[in-house]
Formats: sequence, structure tokens, C-alpha cells
Amino acid sequence: MTWSIHTFASPTRFMAFSSIVLPYVWAAAIAFIAVGMYLALFVSPADYQQGESVRMMYIHVPTAWLSQFGFGLMAFASAIALVFRHPLADVAAKSAAPIGAAFTFLALVTGALWGKPMWGTYWVWDARLTSVLVLFFLYLGYMAIWATIEDPNRAARVAAVLALVGAVNLPIIRFSVDWWNTLHQPASVFRLDGPTIHPSLLWPLLIGAIGFTLFFIAVHLVRMRAEILRRRVRTLQMQRAAT
Amino acid sequence: MSNWAEFFAMGGYGIYVWPSFVIVTVVMVGLALQSWFDLRTQKRLIAELEVISEKEKP
Repeated sequence: MTWSIHTFASPTRFMAFSSIVLPYVWAAAIAFIAVGMYLALFVSPADYQQGESVRMMYIHVPTAWLSQFGFGLMAFASAIALVFRHPLADVAAKSAAPIGAAFTFLALVTGALWGKPMWGTYWVWDARLTSVLVLFFLYLGYMAIWATIEDPNRAARVAAVLALVGAVNLPIIRFSVDWWNTLHQPASVFRLDGPTIHPSLLWPLLIGAIGFTLFFIAVHLVRMRAEILRRRVRTLQMQRAAT
Repeated sequence: MSNWAEFFAMGGYGIYVWPSFVIVTVVMVGLALQSWFDLRTQKRLIAELEVISEKEKP
């Protein structure tokens, strides 16, 4: 059983490392979100065109950002899993999926609630909205693969291929507002020529986005820990069954 | 913000602003709790399996 040391060495290190950093990540996430939401609701000014409805931006933009961050993370971890067979990589990919799916759902819902007063409709089948809906279904498909394929090694490979193929959707989402006519506005924060959004709105947004991202990382670490333990439980149960 | 009623009205956009903040809060808290309960369950299962294997030792 010499291979077991190699297989479990890095998950063991991960368990030790993550248990040390997790309280700090949680604390930082809560602090940034609290400050960000306070600034968003009480300090930042109403928009000159959108009035108070602009406050939905402070939750819509971070959730939309994390919907794509989650899939990027999943695709990156899947590539590592396929190429290097690193034991933590498919744990990382699998654990990111439900978090990414939740944030995609929130981006769609907050977008609809913002769209109704600003565009006059909850939903429109245009390039940005449709490509984000496709992203949501890609997450669900990825999770369905893990849920339905019994053999974990095979599930990991099939899911990783879906994550890599699905990653093609990410640049489509990013540039959909430039390539097609759409109700959705073009990028105003991450632009080559700098943000076009006013600093009084940008700072609360950035602080909130950092908080939401730290929250994503904290939940991801918790889910990775649970997944590693789940695999250990499975191994122990199989060892018992074999003896 | 002169008073709370005005704050909650959100310039007439309250019916859109507050549901979106509420649903984001509910989903994020739910996700964090579900993840934490899952971790706790797996820890308990490991502990139980270790107790069983201790008992079975000759």
C-alpha cells in the first residue's frame, strides 16, 4: 500500500492548512460584506438616471462575477485533474460547482429584478442573459454527472471534460455585450481603459465584491474538506466490506 | 436619508430592491449552512468508523 501515502499526503496537508485559515477567511468575508453592504445601502449616492434602483448593482455584479469565477475555477481544476491526476484537483472542481450554480441563480434573479424597473421586462432572450442561463444549465449538468455516474474515477473524467468544453461559454458571456445588440450594458469596471463607473459607486462595489469572493473561498474550503472526508468514509467502508 | 420609511421605499423601487437583497441573503446563508452541516456529518461518520475498527481489534 505504498501508493496510499502519495494519494493522501496532499489532502492531509490540505486538511491541516484549511482548518487553520478558515476562521480568518470567514472573518474577512463577513467584515468586507458588512462594510460593503453598509456603504451600498446607506452611503453611496442614488444614480442620476437609475435613482435608488442602482443599489441592486451591489449584489448583482458580485454574484454575476462569482458565477463566472466559479466555472473558471472548475475548468482550471478539471484541466489539472485530467493532466496531472492531482488528488485534490477533482475535489476542488466538484466542490466549486454548487457554489457557482447558486451564484449564477442569484445573478439571474437579481438581474431580473433590476431589469423590470430599468428595462421594463424581467427577461429577454438576448446574448448576455441567454449565455448566463446556459452557464446555469452547464453547472446543473456537471452536478448531474457526479450524481449519476457510480464510479468516482469515471465521473471525475466525464465531468472534467464537460467543464473544459463548457468553459468556451465564458468568453462568450464576457464579450456578448460587445458582439451582439443587447439590453445589457457593456463592461464598466474591468475595462482596458479603466472603469467608467463613478468612484462613489465603484468603491462600495469593489469592497462588496471582495467580501463575496472571500465568502466563495470560505464555502469552497468547507465543501472541499467535506468531500475529502466523504472519500475517506467511502474507503474505510470498502475496507470493512473487504475484510 | 431623513427617515426609515423613506429608506425602505427606495424611491419607489423598494419592491425590487428588497426582494433581491433578501434572496441573496437567504441563498448565501443556506449554502453556507448546508456545506457546514455536510462537513459535520462526514466528521461524525469518520469518528463512528474509527470507533468500530477500534472495537474489532483483537
